[in-house]
Amino acid sequence: MSMLDVEDLNVWFGDGRDRVDAVKSASFTVAAGESFGLVGESGSGKSTILRAITGLARNWSGRISIDGASLSGAKRDRSFYKTVQMVFQDPYASLHPRHTVDQVLGETLHLHGFRDIDARVAKLLDDVGLGNRFRFRYPHQLSGGQRQRVAIARALAGEPDILLLDEPTSALDVSVQAEILNLLTDLRDARQLTFVMVSHDLAVVGHMCDRLAVMKDGEVVEIMGVETLRNHQAIHPYSAALLEASVVG
Amino acid sequence: MTLLEVENLWVKFPTRQGTFDAVRGISFSLGRERLGIVGESGSGKSMTGRAILRLIRKPGMVEADRIALEGRNLLDLPERDMRKVRGQDISMVMQDPKFSLNPVMTIGEQLIEAYQLHNKGSRAAARQTAIEMLDAVSIRDHDRVLRAYPHEMSGGMGQRIMIAMMLIPNPKILIADEPTSALDVSVQRQILSIIDDLVRDRGMGLIFISHDLNLVSEFCDRVLIMYAGRIVEVCDAANLHDAKHPYTRGLLNSLPRLDAPRKYLDVLQRDDAWADAPSVDART
Repeated sequence: MSMLDVEDLNVWFGDGRDRVDAVKSASFTVAAGESFGLVGESGSGKSTILRAITGLARNWSGRISIDGASLSGAKRDRSFYKTVQMVFQDPYASLHPRHTVDQVLGETLHLHGFRDIDARVAKLLDDVGLGNRFRFRYPHQLSGGQRQRVAIARALAGEPDILLLDEPTSALDVSVQAEILNLLTDLRDARQLTFVMVSHDLAVVGHMCDRLAVMKDGEVVEIMGVETLRNHQAIHPYSAALLEASVVG
Repeated sequence: MTLLEVENLWVKFPTRQGTFDAVRGISFSLGRERLGIVGESGSGKSMTGRAILRLIRKPGMVEADRIALEGRNLLDLPERDMRKVRGQDISMVMQDPKFSLNPVMTIGEQLIEAYQLHNKGSRAAARQTAIEMLDAVSIRDHDRVLRAYPHEMSGGMGQRIMIAMMLIPNPKILIADEPTSALDVSVQRQILSIIDDLVRDRGMGLIFISHDLNLVSEFCDRVLIMYAGRIVEVCDAANLHDAKHPYTRGLLNSLPRLDAPRKYLDVLQRDDAWADAPSVDART
């Protein structure tokens, strides 16, 4: 059964002469429990798809459905945010600089309507491998990897089924990237999460995802399984070239 | 031939908790080669590049027994002479062209200014040189680019323009600090091959600072691996994958690989002894 269904999605910015078509009739489906990658160069529209799903990009047409329920416009109801959550690229920019970890997670839990906030904050910190001693720290007292763990904990607060990951490790060192990717693997197993991961790093997508879509100039040029990626059997010349440029050897 | 020799370089920052040593007594030399410096954030690799040009802001301090450019000790030079060294002898390309180009000047003006700072000559000659340099970095539509402002350029174009600007005074050494980290993979290759051609054709020395081990192993001749302000290992770039030091091995193993899928990536186990071990001498 498909958890996320995107059909003939168009996203644009501006209008009239200034209109930019960021995504042009993109279609893909992601099954429950699957991890799906979106790869392409900057400006290819991969992050814009995530932003349209979450309602951050207002102008879109086509069909997006989550677990069978269609979305419309830019407004999302509370149940949507309990199903779908997003983790952003830059852990330095996505946390409020003057809120402690406790405030960040506590407020999120409150908005999701939970009562046992104290216990849940402790549990969330535990789940992302931080532990209670990080609870009353401010973002500037955390390293990049620790901040990304807080951002992941915040996304998990509402117990979502789908995590949208927008370049979750590209701002981090490789050793820290390995820790975060391992954490995501564990969380996916423990909570049966569905991932949609945007990345420009094919090795990271190849490591995390089962299938991926290659995007160019707002269009999905090819959807392939990870085996195809590993065996260098991309069919579309652009995805073959992208693969060529990314693989060292 | 040795272009640059660095002996016992320290970069120190006084803090409320005492002095913080960002670079701790490293020695290396650079010939007409491509030397890579790799390490994680905070390992001191960027500070090393900046210290050579004496670009560490106060209260930061640079101390060294010697930083010699073709035998001339840069540490003894007054600031006036140092300004001539910057650009003319040693140029630097930084990570993000968005922050290195002047946003309110056209690209043409900036290239011409760079030429006139280092050469006497007419504006027409300056413009001619600017066009030649744009050619050297594979920019074909000169007229449009010269008239354009930095925000009208993509990241890849911006970085090529930065490189073109650095080449105008014809330096002996180019220090490239993460020159492609802000760029897409496909553009990354183009920029690297441009730098590669220039270094080879002009017989320049290149210091290539990066966190990307694969990129460095492919692109450089020799690699210094830095950890906590010290050089922990030096090796030929081609043999980087056979590196011995546990830190280097740990970094290599933490990379996801398309050809060797596995469920969990190896996590780097740090050892305090790495930071305490004396720095490896990377002089040839």
